[in-house]
Amino acid sequence: MAPRIESKSMSAPVIFDRSRDEIEEEANGDVFDIEIGVSDPEKVGDGMNAYMAYRVTTKTSLSMFNKNEFSVKRRFSDFLGLHSKLATKYLHVGYIVPPAPEKSIVGMTKVKVGKEDSSSTEFVEKRRAALERYLQRTVKHPTLLQDPDLRQFLESSELPRAVNTQALSGAGILRMVNKAADAVNKMTIKMNESDAWFEEKQQQFENLDQQLRKLHASVEALVCHRKELSANTAAFAKSAAMLGNSEDHTALSRALSQLAEVEEKIDQLHQEQAFADFYVFSELLSDYIRLIAAVKGVFDHRMKCWQKWDDAQITLQKKREAEAKMMLANKPDKIQQAKNEIREWEAKVQQGERDFEQISKTIRKEVGRFEKERVKDFKTVIIKYLESLVQTQQQLIKYWEAFLPEAKAIA
Amino acid sequence: MEENPDPGEERQPCSVSMDLQGDGALQVEISDAVSERDKVKFTVHTKSCLPHFSQTEFSVVRQHEEFIWLHDAYTDNEDYAGIIIPPAPPKPDFEASREKLQRLGEGDSSVTREEFAKMKQELEGEYLAIFKKTVAMHEVFLQRLAAHPTLRRDHNLYVFLEYGQDLSVRGKNKKELFGGFIRNIVKSADEALITGVSGLKEVDEFFEHERTFLLEYHTRIRDACLRVDRVMRSHKCLAEDYIPVSAALSSLGTQEVHQLKTSFLKLAELFERLRKLEGRVASDEDLKLSDMLHYYMRDAQAAKDLLYRRLRALADYENANKALDKARMRNREVRSAETHQQLCCRRFEHLSDSARQELTDFKARRGSAFRKNLIELAELELKHAKASTLLLRNTLTALKGEP
Repeated sequence: MAPRIESKSMSAPVIFDRSRDEIEEEANGDVFDIEIGVSDPEKVGDGMNAYMAYRVTTKTSLSMFNKNEFSVKRRFSDFLGLHSKLATKYLHVGYIVPPAPEKSIVGMTKVKVGKEDSSSTEFVEKRRAALERYLQRTVKHPTLLQDPDLRQFLESSELPRAVNTQALSGAGILRMVNKAADAVNKMTIKMNESDAWFEEKQQQFENLDQQLRKLHASVEALVCHRKELSANTAAFAKSAAMLGNSEDHTALSRALSQLAEVEEKIDQLHQEQAFADFYVFSELLSDYIRLIAAVKGVFDHRMKCWQKWDDAQITLQKKREAEAKMMLANKPDKIQQAKNEIREWEAKVQQGERDFEQISKTIRKEVGRFEKERVKDFKTVIIKYLESLVQTQQQLIKYWEAFLPEAKAIA
Repeated sequence: MEENPDPGEERQPCSVSMDLQGDGALQVEISDAVSERDKVKFTVHTKSCLPHFSQTEFSVVRQHEEFIWLHDAYTDNEDYAGIIIPPAPPKPDFEASREKLQRLGEGDSSVTREEFAKMKQELEGEYLAIFKKTVAMHEVFLQRLAAHPTLRRDHNLYVFLEYGQDLSVRGKNKKELFGGFIRNIVKSADEALITGVSGLKEVDEFFEHERTFLLEYHTRIRDACLRVDRVMRSHKCLAEDYIPVSAALSSLGTQEVHQLKTSFLKLAELFERLRKLEGRVASDEDLKLSDMLHYYMRDAQAAKDLLYRRLRALADYENANKALDKARMRNREVRSAETHQQLCCRRFEHLSDSARQELTDFKARRGSAFRKNLIELAELELKHAKASTLLLRNTLTALKGEP
């Protein structure tokens, strides 16, 4: 059961010339008409320089793109490069930029070294699915969708290689965000929070983070044990077959062989369910844990912004005091300098206030959009997951119903 | 092979199907059982119109060691050499369950009160299930004895059923332990016999076939037992995993925004119900598959023991033949050699006839027991799968209906 591309419903194409705000306004109510798929992982090169190339396919009727359907080949560091560009441009002004998937040295080394076993196939599939989800989330963001770097990533056949992706990896960005957060915490600023909304929201996200982590850990245990169950069922199926082979009683022998077949099918079923547990449920949770880290980062940027404004106000005050001193001391050239500085810092204070108001406004909107997306995402995933569970049970019914007459046939 | 529905079966969670003809002559059951610190006390209740007993209905209290004493009395009895002696019930083992309960008590502070209560409930259920199983195993042992036309007439059985005092067999003393050790050495010699290493010639096709069959069958059923136990443990593990998932969903639900609240709370409830269903699947597999395989592994061993005894009798017969030839050659003590040879011959033939019947019965018994349990297993699996499907569908409908 491979994770599938979520299909989006069609909507009216966006006209290129409208203002960014208009597009965003409309987008808030719309479903986006763009669909991204990441597929066909292909190993390129040999040894430690080898890498995986993924096909990124875009299907869209949005007129900002040159074609309706097109695809390009990208490698993992390209994704990281895209994310770092978007993060640099948009994080500090309050946009929640979806984080890129994590780097994994162990996983990737196995693939490079050429281990063709199931664990490296699983790793590649896990990464492919994560990259797909990452792009889907990014294009869903109305502002990011307009970004030329994103468009270049999706469209152009050649992409300049992202350099220094070590610092730019998802983990690297997260580290930057966390450092900023730490810096904020260490600062003994008591921010004059004029707006309780922000405090409330921060607390909510903090709680949500904790709860999601707990849930994620418990779902991971579920996945693990379901895999174990699958392996044990397969082993039992084999021994039931052997027992059937050596059974003297003919009808019983046949029934045991049938039992072995049923158990083998059930083992497959457990495996598929474990995949669903993981790709549908567990990965969603881990995506959101990282998304919330990005949200927290954005709140911290707002605090830094306030700090800057506050610092500017303090400096302005100091400059005014300095001017007053100069006036008393009657040093005309120094007075002029002081007046210049005061003008400079008044401008900075104004800019600081504007920036702070802008980031606050952006965050409010972003959080609203984020929560809406989150509700939709979770609801969709829950339903999909439950449907996978139903599927499993229905298959079980089928298998046991087929087996029952075989058991009854033992004479 | 006929299959008689057994009315007494419904009470028992035990999976072993017995063709127990309740003919009123001797009816045995375990009417009560008490689990004390490190032992279980079984109340054995007998109803009989046989003249050997002083009453028609009576009870005694027995412990596991006394059952073993009875079993050994049968296996040591030369008269029953040609019979498959019903396998002894396994020792009651609450160790693992007790350990788990203790560990739970020692506590893990990250667990909520509800989670703790649920885990405790699971473990108590497990303890109860083990208890019920041990009662059933001990009961089946006695019932098979009571149903066997030859075995039911044994004096030791009467003593076991009626003698009010304890049988002073608890705690094997050194002599008995040593005896057990000797028994095992003899067993290995028998293994050599049965695996053909000793060079003994088997002329009877039926027994040759049975020997090959049982050797392989026993190995494979033992293997199947190990593996089915692992499957069962995985299922239990999975059911237990649903507890923290449900708890996490529940706490998410209580904190969440309005639109997701119901979804998470409903999901939490769903997982709680799924846990119970998954737990039932695990315990049904335990009873219908695991218990049955374990029992027939022990029964197969008992059948192998019968074959050993027959081969020993054959060896004795062959030796007696050789001794007779020697005596005839030397013309000394021919009379006694002849008598001895005749005795061995009669014993071997009688044993073979009895064994032939017993092994045929074993095959029939196996067929009907597996049939019954596999049917019940399939029916229960279907029941649980249908219940799960209904539960899941209802939750899906409720969630999809949400704005």
